[in-house]
Amino acid sequence: MQFWIIQGLNSLSLGGLLFLLSSGFSLIFGLMRLANLTHGAFFMLGTYFGAVALRSYTGLNIWITALGAGIAVAAFGGLFERTVLRRLQANPLGQVLVTLGMSFIISDACLVLWGGDSIPVPTPHNLQAPTRLFGFVFPTYRLVLVGVAVATAIALYVLMERTRLGAMIRAGVDDRQMARAVGIPVSRLFTIVFCLGAGIAGAGGVLGGPILSAYPGLDADMLPLALIVVILGGIGSLFGAFIGSFIIGFIYTFGTALVPDLAYIILFLPMIVVIAFRPQGLFGRVTA
Amino acid sequence: MKWILGFIIAVLLPLLPLLAGDFYVNLASQILIAAIFALSLNLLVGFGGMTSLGHASYLGVAAYISALLTGRYGFEHGAAAALSILGTVAMAGFFGVIALRATGLGFLMITLALSQVLWGLAYRMASVTNGDNGIAGLSRPSPFGLSLESPAAFYWFALIVTAFAFLMMAIFVSSSFGSSLKGVRDQPRRMAALGFNPWMIRWITFVYAGFWGAVAGLLYVYYNKYIHPTSLSTTSSAEALLGVIAGGSGTLGGPVVGAALVLLLKNYASAFIERWNMLLGLVFLFIVLVMPSGIVPGLRTLAHRLRGRPS
Repeated sequence: MQFWIIQGLNSLSLGGLLFLLSSGFSLIFGLMRLANLTHGAFFMLGTYFGAVALRSYTGLNIWITALGAGIAVAAFGGLFERTVLRRLQANPLGQVLVTLGMSFIISDACLVLWGGDSIPVPTPHNLQAPTRLFGFVFPTYRLVLVGVAVATAIALYVLMERTRLGAMIRAGVDDRQMARAVGIPVSRLFTIVFCLGAGIAGAGGVLGGPILSAYPGLDADMLPLALIVVILGGIGSLFGAFIGSFIIGFIYTFGTALVPDLAYIILFLPMIVVIAFRPQGLFGRVTA
Repeated sequence: MKWILGFIIAVLLPLLPLLAGDFYVNLASQILIAAIFALSLNLLVGFGGMTSLGHASYLGVAAYISALLTGRYGFEHGAAAALSILGTVAMAGFFGVIALRATGLGFLMITLALSQVLWGLAYRMASVTNGDNGIAGLSRPSPFGLSLESPAAFYWFALIVTAFAFLMMAIFVSSSFGSSLKGVRDQPRRMAALGFNPWMIRWITFVYAGFWGAVAGLLYVYYNKYIHPTSLSTTSSAEALLGVIAGGSGTLGGPVVGAALVLLLKNYASAFIERWNMLLGLVFLFIVLVMPSGIVPGLRTLAHRLRGRPS
């Protein structure tokens, strides 16, 4: 019983991390029609940032570090969007290739800067003590992480559905040209959404650090998970990314625990089933 | 002009082992393998309008099947080659059914996800694939009793296979089926209205590209006598895609030139610096931003301009 509960919580916390990664990917894809293959690298940048900061300054708060990393990665993403992606707006294939090239550059730069060994990220002191609930023992940090993911999901929902900015983004998603015609600055929205998505991934990278630790290849491990999440949930749908993240979190965690050799095959079964019956994903809309 | 170029290639290429040392002969063999691989990817990217980021799956899986059958289960090379091609083509058929539910970016993401799953499998399923250590100590086949151990013999073998592959793919794209493929790339709805089945045309091309990917994979594993999960990685797919796009997608000669350039760059760069992935990323940025239509179409435009003809 303890095994199932603990693995269940691990699934939830991985799902939370995946949501932090895939929500940004999904937002960017929804508005910009851009498959941002740099997203895994943004996440990894955040993790290394957190690892270095938290190990050099003991007593540094992980939440502040996550915020700082989020802002730094968002700024980097914004710069990338403004200087490179912007030039390729009429060329979606070129954009994908450029984001792929950028992900190679970032992951190799991380390897140069921080070496090939994995760098563990310390769990915050005040969250190290396990929590006891209903007679079971839970790692507190993972519980908090799930809470953060849910809070982020709610915040993104409010942003998209209840604010003026969200309304403009939704208008841009639905009909870019019409939105432009009524005076919505769509190209500025592109930058905002790209920064937001990159920032969430960067902050998520820091928060994932204590569980995953920073290592070369983290980006290549996370990106396919994010891809599978958004293909499953529906590309461009936040709710789909939320549900998809937890589905994949459960499947991956239990798959690795129960049949480690075949975890990767099990991972892609739900994707195949969904694609076969609903090519647009569980909560995706059919777009022209 | 075209004929002279073709004649020079046809005469010079077989003579290469008599003119150059082993190092260059081996390099040329690698270029030939990369060329078949890039040509097969070009069927999808250039002629079919389906940009796949998972083409390494076919190279890697064919290589792994052959390595396992000959290295571990003691199969003859002939039977092992047939089985690995058969297995890879079956997998391509299955992957095609999944990936072709989507087009455009969705297709790209699904092919990437599928190939990453295979890469993860090769790494983690160590009981079968030997994980990060790879499978070493493999042998080369000896067709008709001729040993392929020497660089020259292997080069001639690879050259024959490449010439045949080039011919077959050239016939494929210039056939009426190839025309319908280009039609589906440019105007899928019109083609459907004309009574063609775009999905079936794409799927057949997908499987055919998988077949030649598998052939490249066999040559790859024969050449290296070793196989490692990196052959299935995104880097491997991306190198081939870079070759196709740098050379000029949708042309026949382009991917060959592009694949050769990528391979030469990789070989020479790795002699000076260890940062191949970073260089690869930078070249991607450069090609897409500066030379989006590729080198071969770019040179053709230049040649037309030099002869005073409007391109």
